[in-house]
Amino acid sequence: MKYDIKKLYEAGSLDEAISLLEEHPEAKIIAGGSDILISVRAGELAGCTLVSIYGLDDLRGVTLETDGTIRIGSLTSFSNIARNEIINKYIPYLGEAAGSVGGPQVRNIGTIGGNTCNGVTSADTASTLLALDAILEVKGKDGYRSIPIKDWYIKSKLVDLKPTEVQTSILIPKESYEGYFGNYYKYSMRHAMDIATCGCSVNVKLSADKKTVEDVRIAYGVAGPVPLRATTAEAAVKGRAVDLDMLELFSEKVKDDINPRTSWRASKEFRTHLMTELARRCLTESIRRSGGIFQ
Amino acid sequence: MSDIQYKEITFTVNGKERSVMIDVRSSLLEVLRNKLHLHSVKKGCEVGECGACTVLIDGEPFDSCIYLAVWAEGKDILTVEGLMGADGSISDIQQAFIDEAAVQCGFCTPGLIMTSYSILADGKRYTRDELRQKLAGNMCRCTGYHNIINAVENIMLKRIEEAEVKDS
Repeated sequence: MKYDIKKLYEAGSLDEAISLLEEHPEAKIIAGGSDILISVRAGELAGCTLVSIYGLDDLRGVTLETDGTIRIGSLTSFSNIARNEIINKYIPYLGEAAGSVGGPQVRNIGTIGGNTCNGVTSADTASTLLALDAILEVKGKDGYRSIPIKDWYIKSKLVDLKPTEVQTSILIPKESYEGYFGNYYKYSMRHAMDIATCGCSVNVKLSADKKTVEDVRIAYGVAGPVPLRATTAEAAVKGRAVDLDMLELFSEKVKDDINPRTSWRASKEFRTHLMTELARRCLTESIRRSGGIFQ
Repeated sequence: MSDIQYKEITFTVNGKERSVMIDVRSSLLEVLRNKLHLHSVKKGCEVGECGACTVLIDGEPFDSCIYLAVWAEGKDILTVEGLMGADGSISDIQQAFIDEAAVQCGFCTPGLIMTSYSILADGKRYTRDELRQKLAGNMCRCTGYHNIINAVENIMLKRIEEAEVKDS
């Protein structure tokens, strides 16, 4: 009934969190705890020292900055993202991704910062953030650092966050979402309380006449050890007419980029099949949302 | 062990301000059940999957098993015990669960009641599918969810009807 925690430090401010991490280099950060506490319970993190940042309300909420950047505080819960007005107006597909995590209770406690700091490939919001070229802002003792999400993931469960740094915000620049429409598809065995067998996030920007693909971005969860972009597929259809051949080429080219594995959830072959099919479906839906016209 | 960390937390539980000295390693579930003896809060999976330990924190449902008790400082907690009327009566949601036979062993019921309470608080009309989605974090292993959804839907419709009569 009690967690096997050696020591718990509660940070009262961001700077205090950073100095606590400096003083206790072995400590792990706990935000909402829906990963950490489960790992403690499972024994993987038993006996750990934790620095809790859950109380840092400054790191909560979504704001639209004057230059159009959407700033999402790292401690913002999935539920708050899913129902946030700014998110629903400009990047509703991130809201869809946040709304597909676990169940209602988990979405109330889980944070988007945690979803990116755990370095897990199946993290539901991670693929959409990757497809949006999000920028992650972290703070350490020497101040703030901004990391493009493409450089954030190092390997499974390892991200570019130093042991004494705290992720503070996730930024979506205006040029990343303006004119883009997208969607997120989570494929899982159950429709709730499940981890993605595969997650696919696509967003597309069409030409003014809605007949040409000006830009498209696609990112997957569970296509490799970390969330990944299918850049070959993206490049193959940029500038192409909105038609079925383009769609076919896009889903075919995805295979050049993905590298799913066989796990107890699904085989490599099944995941590959899913990913080509989801590329097609997600792009079709994104084009539909853009008001695109198939030639 | 001498290095156990204790902390006093003050929070509102079922409308009353409470101060409790806790071991910082405790989950909120542990404090509510074992310190405050609120036994409606069930210990189920303890990993945030089954929803049996659901309580409302500032009006929103949370799994109290994966919520550190120290985080409850200053928060407003509501459990099934807090739904009791001044005369000892049960709430309309609880009555609906009885009327619809939405209870079998009863272990998941308090969690489901609390999630339902938060869903119905806004007075909005939801489809059965939406209700299912909103109740997806609470598992019942005895029976189907049919009667549970019936109960929640009935009370939702009844409240909407009552509100409309009041307005007219």
